[in-house]
Amino acid sequence: MAWANKVLRVNLTEGTVSDEPLNMEWAQQYLGQRGLASKYLFEEIDPRCDALGADNKLILTTGPLTGTMASTGGRYSVVCKSPLTGAIACSNSGGYIGAEMKNAGWDMVIVEGKSPKPVYLYIHNDDAQLLDASAIWGKSVWDADRILHQTHQDPLIRISLVGRSAEQGCLYAAVINDLHRAAGRSGVGTVMASKNLKALVCRGTKGVGNVKDPLRFMQATEDGKRVLRENAVTGQGLPQYGTQVLMNVINEAGAMPTRNMRETQFEGAHNISGEAMHEPRKSDGQPNLTTNAACFACTIACGRISTIDKEHYTIQNKPEYWGNSGGLEYEAAWALGSDTGVDDLDALTYANFVCNEDGYDPISFGATVAAAMELYDLGVITQEHTGGIDFKFGSAEALTQAAELVATGEGFGKDLGLGSKRLCEKYGRPELSMTVKGQEFPAYDPRGIQGMGLAYATANRGACHLRGYTVASEILGIPEKTDPLSTEGKPELVKAFQDATAAFDSSGLCIFTSFAWTLDDVAPQLDAACEGEWTTEKLLEVGERVWNLERQFNLVAGLTSKDDTLPKRLLEEGANAGPAKGKVNELGKMLPEYYTVRGWDQDGVPTAETRQRLGLA
Amino acid sequence: MLRALQLEPEKCTGCLQCEMACSFENEGVFNPAKSRIKVFNFHDQGRFAPYTCTQCDEAWCMHACPVEAIVVNQDTGAKEVLDSVCVGCKVCTIACPFGTVNYSHDSGKVIKCDLCGGDPWCAKACPTGAITYVDIDSTGLGRMRAWAQQGVPSAASFNAPMEKDVQTYGQAQ
Repeated sequence: MAWANKVLRVNLTEGTVSDEPLNMEWAQQYLGQRGLASKYLFEEIDPRCDALGADNKLILTTGPLTGTMASTGGRYSVVCKSPLTGAIACSNSGGYIGAEMKNAGWDMVIVEGKSPKPVYLYIHNDDAQLLDASAIWGKSVWDADRILHQTHQDPLIRISLVGRSAEQGCLYAAVINDLHRAAGRSGVGTVMASKNLKALVCRGTKGVGNVKDPLRFMQATEDGKRVLRENAVTGQGLPQYGTQVLMNVINEAGAMPTRNMRETQFEGAHNISGEAMHEPRKSDGQPNLTTNAACFACTIACGRISTIDKEHYTIQNKPEYWGNSGGLEYEAAWALGSDTGVDDLDALTYANFVCNEDGYDPISFGATVAAAMELYDLGVITQEHTGGIDFKFGSAEALTQAAELVATGEGFGKDLGLGSKRLCEKYGRPELSMTVKGQEFPAYDPRGIQGMGLAYATANRGACHLRGYTVASEILGIPEKTDPLSTEGKPELVKAFQDATAAFDSSGLCIFTSFAWTLDDVAPQLDAACEGEWTTEKLLEVGERVWNLERQFNLVAGLTSKDDTLPKRLLEEGANAGPAKGKVNELGKMLPEYYTVRGWDQDGVPTAETRQRLGLA
Repeated sequence: MLRALQLEPEKCTGCLQCEMACSFENEGVFNPAKSRIKVFNFHDQGRFAPYTCTQCDEAWCMHACPVEAIVVNQDTGAKEVLDSVCVGCKVCTIACPFGTVNYSHDSGKVIKCDLCGGDPWCAKACPTGAITYVDIDSTGLGRMRAWAQQGVPSAASFNAPMEKDVQTYGQAQ
């Protein structure tokens, strides 16, 4: 069956835990993970609730293939209403914790209410307990992780945690697992901390032993692995360079958002690229990158394990940072680097370590720093606001000090923890915030990749590359090449990517497989594992249903078609360089057609016919 | 030809496919907790290392067993646990210097690597070649070749053959 068929419900207000069967009728409609948890959330909370209030719920959820031998079958998601956007939040992470939850026999943990004092959830197979977190509250993710391992005297426990940034109310705090993997976006960590829940500690020894047809499943997963192995991106590019394989590619395409998206190419791109991470440094002859690493069950292994140069100013006197940890991936390298104009690889790696150590999203953080640098550049804010930091574009010192301040919520870190939208509003220049629905952009300028403009404007969790990655088609030619500067056919393309992605995200698999896999590769694996018939067509329908359900959540929460837009800069100021020079994003040409393709009215509301077709009330 | 499992930590990415393959073959379940092979993560050093039974010739576990429940498979050289004979006394788990024989609470017996009867699933499942099943007399061949290459003019650098990126990414380069 692949699902564990069991949900753990945790009521923090009452201090109780209980188990209940998974709603298998919903599982047939929403599959698992992102889809199924979104269904639970939509049914159980009022989308208008205060995201940081006791009425919001936090769902940690696996997919049916989590914990199996399917390549990348180790994903889990954290789902709740976002404090950053007011929309639905769903952040996906790898590492090992998702598989550990599944091995302990749980599909999902639903966290309700708010604890009167800091607690953490300890799960050992069927046994679940809320334990006192006073010894780890106020500690960083890394310190708390070490203390928990000592406390439980068990090297095999896996842990998800929030850091000090979340406790201090940073609106883009993440839930970090396995020290450096993150359910990173939309402030899901902020919600967890708002409930006084510091950690999930898990140990599972039951395993996943109930796949529908084991022999067919082994064959299907082996077929899938072969496709990944033989594909140039998943077989060579990602293991060698990680997602950082994109840095030079996107820069050359003129779609590298630079200095708060004022510019579209970064002169320092090479210095912070995947290639640069392989180059030996002067001090010790070692490269930044030590090795690549895999998440649970992943045969791609795109993860970066890195060190910072011990002679770098950031860690010269801090031996605790001299070891290896999770290194730069493309989004972090872009946000911390290109968007702030900093091309110091070690400074970026340090900032990235700090993001993991205290649990916040490097994309939103970097983009917020970039907005602050532009405010500083324009004289809107001064050293009086920044606490004496010379906050100019390109300053590595400003970046790394900002990272330390957001980690603890001190000084200017409080302002930076608001995110770009609220920061720019606070200082009277909302138009300088490069966000959609309050969430900061990722690393693709939609003036040079037109489809991404539509994907950002319509993504249900705000600006995001992981909701419809048309970059694959527009730049990389996967599954087929489309012109990145044209709007032609983009509404259909965006919808197709969005629906397929929602299906991937509901399965327990990693979306990076989709560089090589289509749903035709996923369906046989799911069909061999899960009760029911799982075809490509059914998965596309699940994906479309999930997308529309998320949309409904947002509409009830009070978002409207007016929120399906981009910052004025991207709609009115032409790209300054590269192949897209002079071009703006032509969202207006795509959005009405997108609504039509979706079966929505021109206010962006799913029509009665569409809702009926998808079985949505 | 007898063969042995060859473990090359420098190629391991920590994906645990081997642990799942092992538990699936031996227990019918995807469950790292039931695997006879374990991958260790040395986080600070940025290294992963798979580890399992080396099938000692004069196996401590076998000699320590008071009921002769551990026997040699003549075809594979593996020291195998006979479940019908094992009484779960755990003496072998104490005798093994490497920790690779362990007790299973569920079955009341000990479990250890048996080379899957000569077709080890961990090696088949490993996506990077960190676990291979090779001629038992030549497990050092790859490493010898790498060191020998240092004597060959134009070999990249002294440390290069031991570096993971050379081995793992050889094709791409």
